[in-house]
Amino acid sequence: MATLKVPITAEDHAQGPENAEVTLVEYGDYECPYCGQAYPIVKQFQKQFGKRLRFVFRNFPLSQMHPHAEAAAEVAEFAGAQGKFWEMHDRLYEDQSRLGEALYSSLGEELGLSTAAMRQALKQETFKARVRADFTSGVRSGVNGTPTFFINGHRHDGPFELESLVSAIQQAMITAKSASGR
Amino acid sequence: MAQNSVSTVTPIHCDGILPAGTKAPDFTLHVTPDQTLSLSDLLGHPVILAFYPADWSPVCGDQMALYNEILPEFRKFGAELLGVSVDGVWCHGAFAENRHLHFPLLADFEPKGAVAKQYGAYRAADGICERALFVIDKNGMIAWSYCSPIAVNPGADGILQALEDLPK
Repeated sequence: MATLKVPITAEDHAQGPENAEVTLVEYGDYECPYCGQAYPIVKQFQKQFGKRLRFVFRNFPLSQMHPHAEAAAEVAEFAGAQGKFWEMHDRLYEDQSRLGEALYSSLGEELGLSTAAMRQALKQETFKARVRADFTSGVRSGVNGTPTFFINGHRHDGPFELESLVSAIQQAMITAKSASGR
Repeated sequence: MAQNSVSTVTPIHCDGILPAGTKAPDFTLHVTPDQTLSLSDLLGHPVILAFYPADWSPVCGDQMALYNEILPEFRKFGAELLGVSVDGVWCHGAFAENRHLHFPLLADFEPKGAVAKQYGAYRAADGICERALFVIDKNGMIAWSYCSPIAVNPGADGILQALEDLPK
């Protein structure tokens, strides 16, 4: 079974406590409709599991297929460099059908970011290496499409529908508990 | 998502694929209606041979589209990637154009699945190729092979590891 090869570090975008029982890693693409469908599902998990769950997002733009995916990933990273990663990540998914310069500028303004600096970063591909590093780490870990989820380091090969992921997360919680002898 | 939404009705039964250390059977297949490609044309380069069930899986997690994205990583090893399915050349052409694929898709179309059968990668009950991967070294020997459950896109980590493990 494929496992996460590149460990989670402080460089990663993570929500939830480091010592959560379950860490859910998503490799995602902002233009992928299936990632768009998974977005509210992940939100629901976060609500349901609270502090027992940590969520990490890594970029996996399929840029041959999705012309906006790379730029959108770089926009989120640009926002991330200013402490606004999740705000941008969420808004990009919520407005997935409108990806493009106009949306990035309006979201940038909404989040209080300099849109001139954002344009400059896109033009100079400031965050391209970061996005590529995520992509490469995904390839090495056996990411096989988007979204690909890892639950406590193991690739989730079932469907990403709510029931399947929830039961996989619950199973991981049980395993984590019995491993720690609690 | 993805590959994973494909339902599995048939059990896994791909235990007969050619193993590492076997000479890769040579073949000649159509790439386009008027062009063929032989495995032996590629001697001197590592070759990734990716058998897959069908063009047009209705997903972003499509295996060929994924490999298309990863092509630069494969090329770092000087490797050539070939996709093989039983779809015909016109179907492959339309699929490759739609997904902007930058590598050849070979049509194992007539006699149907003949090459896949030689590699032990034909799923006779369904009339399609298995999801079977082969990394062939520059001398035409199979260095690594892997067969994935038909509904699970195997990703590319195994291929990259095999390429890395090839003698320099």
